[in-house]
Amino acid sequence: MTTKSIDLSLEIWRQKDSRTTGVFESYQLKSISADMSFLEMLDVLNEKLTREGLDPVAFDHDCREGICGMCGAVVNGIAHGPEPETTLCQLHMRHFCNGDTIVIEPFRSRAFPIRKDLIVDRSALDRIIQAGGYISVNTGGAPDGNAIPIPSATAELAMDAAACIGCGACVASCPNGAAMLFTGAKISQLSLLPQGRPERKERAMAMVSAMDKEGFGNCTNERECEAVCPKGISIRNIARMNREFVKASFFG
Amino acid sequence: MQLKSNVPEGPLAEKWDKHRFSTKLVNPANRRKYKVIVVGTGLAGASAAATLAEQGYEVSSFCIQDSPRRAHSIAAQGGINAAKNYQNDGDSIQRLFYDTIKGGDFRSREANVYRLAQVSNNIIDQCVAQGVPFAREYGGTLANRSFGGAQVSRTFYARGQTGQQLLFGAYSALSRQIKSGKVTMHTRQEMMELVLVDGQARGIVTRDIISGEIASYSADAVILATGGYGNAYFLSTNAMASNVTAAWRAHRMGAGFANPSFVQIHPTCIPVHGSYQSKLTLMSESLRNDGRVWVPKKPGDTRKPGSIPEEERDYYLENKYPSFGNLVPRDVASRNAKEQCDAGKGVGSTQLAVYLDFAEAIRRDGEATILKKYGNLFQMYEKITDSNPLHEPMMIYPAVHYTMGGLWVDYNLMTTIPGLFAIGECNFSDHGANRLGASALMQGLADGYFIIANCIADYFGSTNPDKVSSTLPQFVDARKKCQDRIQKLLRGSKNGPQGKLTVDDIHKELGILLWDHCGMARNKEGLEKALAKLPALQEKFWKDVYIPGKGKELNQSLERAGRLADFLEFAEIIIRDALAREESCGCHLREESQTEENEAKRDDVNYSHVSVWEYQGDGQEPVLHKEELTFENVTPSQRSYK
Repeated sequence: MTTKSIDLSLEIWRQKDSRTTGVFESYQLKSISADMSFLEMLDVLNEKLTREGLDPVAFDHDCREGICGMCGAVVNGIAHGPEPETTLCQLHMRHFCNGDTIVIEPFRSRAFPIRKDLIVDRSALDRIIQAGGYISVNTGGAPDGNAIPIPSATAELAMDAAACIGCGACVASCPNGAAMLFTGAKISQLSLLPQGRPERKERAMAMVSAMDKEGFGNCTNERECEAVCPKGISIRNIARMNREFVKASFFG
Repeated sequence: MQLKSNVPEGPLAEKWDKHRFSTKLVNPANRRKYKVIVVGTGLAGASAAATLAEQGYEVSSFCIQDSPRRAHSIAAQGGINAAKNYQNDGDSIQRLFYDTIKGGDFRSREANVYRLAQVSNNIIDQCVAQGVPFAREYGGTLANRSFGGAQVSRTFYARGQTGQQLLFGAYSALSRQIKSGKVTMHTRQEMMELVLVDGQARGIVTRDIISGEIASYSADAVILATGGYGNAYFLSTNAMASNVTAAWRAHRMGAGFANPSFVQIHPTCIPVHGSYQSKLTLMSESLRNDGRVWVPKKPGDTRKPGSIPEEERDYYLENKYPSFGNLVPRDVASRNAKEQCDAGKGVGSTQLAVYLDFAEAIRRDGEATILKKYGNLFQMYEKITDSNPLHEPMMIYPAVHYTMGGLWVDYNLMTTIPGLFAIGECNFSDHGANRLGASALMQGLADGYFIIANCIADYFGSTNPDKVSSTLPQFVDARKKCQDRIQKLLRGSKNGPQGKLTVDDIHKELGILLWDHCGMARNKEGLEKALAKLPALQEKFWKDVYIPGKGKELNQSLERAGRLADFLEFAEIIIRDALAREESCGCHLREESQTEENEAKRDDVNYSHVSVWEYQGDGQEPVLHKEELTFENVTPSQRSYK
């Protein structure tokens, strides 16, 4: 492990609440350990701001191990920052250099209103899942887990899609503000598995229409979502969603 | 305080069936008349809310995060146990029951643990039906792996993200019920108070995290699924928002708190590396299937691991516990790591770490196989430490992870307050003094999917509660209590931060106090010292803490301060509980009570009980009650993993 430390200039988006206009503010940080995570660097800043009687920067975070999907910000123009397949909480300061200026702003999208500073409202993603991102099975009465054999390769493909953490980086990075990687991942997971097949048509129609209703855009194959996805979700899932949707629309 | 376990009569294997037959039911058409509040949306909370709504109850679900999908169950990596015996290696409900009760060092209730083992198989079926992509064999059947404390392969998994996938299953079931209108979802709400009417739990008070508004909600029963309190130690593997507030507020209203000192310290975490550190990251126990734990034989050996020849390495777990080897239970593995480091054999810059080495497994199975099993864990490790476990051994050290203690519940998962239920990690019921790996997910889902709905029906069927509204004075008072408390927290901050401390300054101090005196090894002297230091720390908090901002706005410092205020009060019963239990058991090692081989030495004559604490008021000493544990089906033995 390194014990290097660096000095940084930060440009952070500050916005009091949804109604107020935001602005970038500049902050200086000295002697930041390269072993710190990005959020720990923000903790250090917030402790400093608090001691100076200033308002600390509000940001969402929870598990700090890259799985809950709560954290996220656009760092130097890239959602979750420069490291591939890394959430903001797992980004470490060793990837920055002494004297760097880091610009930090919230995930911006029409469907994600800003609540304060770096905190946005991503409840639109929940509503897409509520539209059909499930298999309609009540508790109890499920057949034995081994009753339906599922080829290992299929289970793995479904797992690749199911790994989505719902952070919304795909939306923030898409020039169209599309949530198609997010929606495609759930539709893929459930349509690949035999358990999800009975409802595949209704699911595709309902989830795509919920996506449109929430104000998300559509995919024009920019692949920005795939590039920033902290879980490496492939845009093949968007293709699979499109196939599911087309099949459902024509043959529904 | 009456501690009636309400364990049904009859042979162990028939208790749950008999109980379900003898308890009251609510007719499907009448269920819509009952409102249930579920606080928390982890495995237990989400599965309970979904299941109750499916059955027809009106459910209000609350979570602290922006979405129910983010609860900390999501971070569980390794797997979930079930007694399916798909591997034909001798597993059975009886064996899962025995392993769990033995793993807990015979400090849990037989009937609860047996029921857990019984419903474990239904959980797997349910999750498969929901579309959880469990790992499969090439023939298409479900795959299993081994976990600590068991000699059979009974753990089901979805790569290193089992908790995530199970949570998404429960979240999808919950989402379906939100869509149907049977569940009203309240996100970004923190429970601040429990409301009692005529001694029954009838509602909660919440603070909206975005607006700071205080609101109250009424219901016919309240279920707490608010997880564990590991963050009392500041550094733990818990998520940042995990806290004791909901459980502690319920405790202050009369809910007994059981075994608060039973805190699991997980052996395989990434070691601490700086004072700025905000949390510790767990590396799944499943890594111990293929990783070998070792330290240099010579104390103070600072050579790189690759330069230390085989004969100069001490694979201490394999040597000391030949039959379980690296897969001994968590408490045993943690204590041994501490022992090695205390003897000066720790590695890394702080010398508070041991190696977990995959070199032999890679030679045996190849890199591809190892990466298929643990790829995401290796990646996570490398991101944090900048070191690749394929090329050099991991460095690991124990960290606070899970709390076996929690609100006391009877067989019906009801606390000592009628109408208040506690499920998942929030209760104390199934893991005794030590939880086995892959059993937390099992318990959360067992409680939520398969147990709580029966308990709720029985409660409604037998008490038929009157309707209440949140305009009752009890609700008004509770809201006021909450507002006053927020004002009290902010009171000292009017004149700015000069000469003041931040919330984290004090939380770190509390963490060190607990870790040093109430961590992996405890003794009377240290515990008494910690207990004596606590009031000054509490006073310092209320006098010197500076909280910026206001109550009626998004204020993350205020949120943390409120949680810390409760941790500071709660810490007293952690310490008192450890002090009162003058034996060693599971996670709780009292240095005064050890075998000749330095293993935990139980004292079944004097301590075969659950310790339950009753709140007596601010500044009053809490009262200890005991629920005696009787073992009719197993004989408590000195655990041996040799």
